[in-house]
Amino acid sequence: MNAPVLVIDALTVKLPSGADRELAVRDVSFTVNAGEVRCLVGESGSGKSIIAQTVMGLLPRNLRPTAGRVLLNGEDLLQTGAERLRRLRGEKLAMIFQEPMTALNPVMRCGAQIDELLAQHTSMSSAQRRDRVLQMLEHVRLPDPPRIYSAYPHQLSGGQRQRIMIAMALILKPALLIADEPTTALDVTTQAEILKLIRELQRENGTAVLFITHDFGVVADIADGVSVLRLGDLVESGSAREVLGNPQHAYTRILLQAVPELVSRKPALPGDTACVMRTRALSKVFVTGGWLGGRREVVAAKDVDIEVKRGETLGIVGESGSGKSTLARMLAQLIEPSGGEIELEGSTVSALRGAAVQAFRRKVQVVFQDPYRSLNPRRTVGAAITEGPLNFGTARNEAWQRAQELMQLVRLSPQVLQRYPHEFSGGQRQRICIARALAVQPELLIADEAVSALDVSVQAQILELLDEIQQRLKLTIVFITHDLRVAAQICNRIVVMQHGRVVEQGPVVQVFEQPREAYTQALIEAAPGKGFRFGVA
Amino acid sequence: MDPALTELDAERAIPAPAVGPTAWRRLGKNWSVRIGGTVLALLLLASLAAPLLGTIDPSLIDPVNRDLLPGATGEVMLLTGETFPYKFWLGTDSYGRDIYSRVLYGGRVSLVVGVTVALLSLFFGVLIGLAAGTIRWLDGVVMRVMDGLMAIPGILLAIALVALWRASIWTVIVAITIPEIPRVVRLVRSLVLSIREEPYVEAARALGTPTLALMLRHILPNTLAPLIVQGTYICASAILVEAILSFLGVGLPTDVPTWGNIMAEGRLQFQEFPHNVLFPGIFLALTVLAVNMLGDGLRDTLDPRFAKRGDRP
Repeated sequence: MNAPVLVIDALTVKLPSGADRELAVRDVSFTVNAGEVRCLVGESGSGKSIIAQTVMGLLPRNLRPTAGRVLLNGEDLLQTGAERLRRLRGEKLAMIFQEPMTALNPVMRCGAQIDELLAQHTSMSSAQRRDRVLQMLEHVRLPDPPRIYSAYPHQLSGGQRQRIMIAMALILKPALLIADEPTTALDVTTQAEILKLIRELQRENGTAVLFITHDFGVVADIADGVSVLRLGDLVESGSAREVLGNPQHAYTRILLQAVPELVSRKPALPGDTACVMRTRALSKVFVTGGWLGGRREVVAAKDVDIEVKRGETLGIVGESGSGKSTLARMLAQLIEPSGGEIELEGSTVSALRGAAVQAFRRKVQVVFQDPYRSLNPRRTVGAAITEGPLNFGTARNEAWQRAQELMQLVRLSPQVLQRYPHEFSGGQRQRICIARALAVQPELLIADEAVSALDVSVQAQILELLDEIQQRLKLTIVFITHDLRVAAQICNRIVVMQHGRVVEQGPVVQVFEQPREAYTQALIEAAPGKGFRFGVA
Repeated sequence: MDPALTELDAERAIPAPAVGPTAWRRLGKNWSVRIGGTVLALLLLASLAAPLLGTIDPSLIDPVNRDLLPGATGEVMLLTGETFPYKFWLGTDSYGRDIYSRVLYGGRVSLVVGVTVALLSLFFGVLIGLAAGTIRWLDGVVMRVMDGLMAIPGILLAIALVALWRASIWTVIVAITIPEIPRVVRLVRSLVLSIREEPYVEAARALGTPTLALMLRHILPNTLAPLIVQGTYICASAILVEAILSFLGVGLPTDVPTWGNIMAEGRLQFQEFPHNVLFPGIFLALTVLAVNMLGDGLRDTLDPRFAKRGDRP
């Protein structure tokens, strides 16, 4: 049972000239045994996906392996011809991807897509194939298999699509399954179910699994063995217990320490703290269609009552579609609420016009999720940071001087003000975005998933920075996130949202340790690596 | 200090200035841009410097030199009565006018029409497109009007305008520009609609940037690359349409040498003297090809979907 299925032996892959380093993967060796789940962990740019693509023979043309062997059951895949490799994929090798919507053909029914594999690789009759596909759909616990069989991918949810991908990957009982961040695009509760499913099916068939992830929570949940990559080098490899429990390499320790603990750190502020912002029965209904087409209404937020107290960090957590981003954009007056009202320091701010909007914008600022898209690529960093102050009538040299001070606050050199955004990494760009928001000296900062797009170690640095800035500037922060660990680390109080409504709110300690509502309990239960204590190793 | 720790601290370090090729350098390396640009520059130069390139008056009628074949020599008599020997490199037409001179001077009209139409339609297209993309209630009305304009064939419009105003270069330019504007409007509107949703525009709104500044500072500069590309295609098609209009006799007056006019006049005796149609035709094809090559090259270098840029690591 423990024979090695996949042996990666001294694999080296060269990057095209002009890349930031010479080798994508350098001299990496590890094995995946039958019945084992090996997690390949690393931050972005560590080369983990390159290894998966090498094994599948799907490397882009400008990358090529220059040394080493990739043995699948003793057969070197690097020396195998294209035709043989095509046969191996599906029969012996299978892969599931991060985004199931793009991996499935949108104009083909799900059943037919799975059926295609059987038709290619087996000699079953069409009736037998249909039975087998239906059986497999049931096996991955999709409800009503005949309906799913004839459904198109867009008619299914993200979790259901990923189940289709899993059914597709495992229907030929491959020896090796490669899963490239298969749950990253899914909500936590769905992620927990998918991880459980992969684990079960893998045990049942004794499949070897190479599981690629950046999330140590997921690693703690699913891994038998862990290999840690950094910038193309394998820094540590061993059993999950060894690597997570007693990491040998400093980089592994840093990564583990950067994973926020699922234990609340900050107490709630005293009950008599003044309220900066308050909402009453705030609602938002999006209407699409109309005119000639069918009118459709989507309730994104309904009767939201929250209070933001001066100097606190209020966390708003929820899964995708819970309305948390809609709420954030209403609070920032970027979209107009359809009902209810928002109060800032005691006065109603709904439907502001002209000078009143400007006054509001001085007090409330936003940091967005995607650091790559939230800076105008055609304007320098300095122009971005001084834009707000200049809009509010600050003199140019004064605004520039403040920008330089802010650069120091977010720990970047003032020289970067002359540069363009594309020259910076994600974490640096997020620092720039924070500086831009702080340039108008706001009282309330709304951070909409501000660390979700960043690697853990960078995420830890940004969280630390936000904390420090809050202390120094006495800032109030509304922190929107889907990540309970992050919320636990930075927030004083938490608001849990589901389907546009507030399900539960209270001090962080109370919500995490004695959740009252079933949904909150399920959410906390589903947090990956729940039983494992990170950050203390 | 541990090497891994310094590696992480590198995240905080300032990056070196970008070393990647700038947009201009990338343009210079693209073969479509090189070839298209060179050919176009030569054509432009030739038509501007036509008087210096051994040409004679392109509308000088000389019955003695009628229907000469390319390469023939003859005696040219100017209106002043002066005569001198002249070699007709590309032959003459049925009025004895020098095709070589006519083609070079005709190039001026084509290029002026092409460039002017491109600039005018981009200008009005951007103006209307920005308004339609930004002002919600205007969008529906403007776009229906544009749909209406697109339904009018350019040639029909040209005939109507010529009947209304008289044939002139401005009539032709207006007639070609009007049907081009809706295409630019559609492009700009769709670009504005997608750029408007970008987080950096939302961030600028949150910073209190007024709507006009938002459009000029954040939205317009990010539509430029596709617009430049669209502009070259408009230029090529305008040159072609001008020739078609002249050929059909609804363009410039017949006494002005344009490639279309030369071809239209040569058409009657095409079987005997094909050079009357052939040479302006070759120049026309070459110009349109060069402009289109330039456009393709610009698209490849300026459009991030075709060129890999250093925007994301």
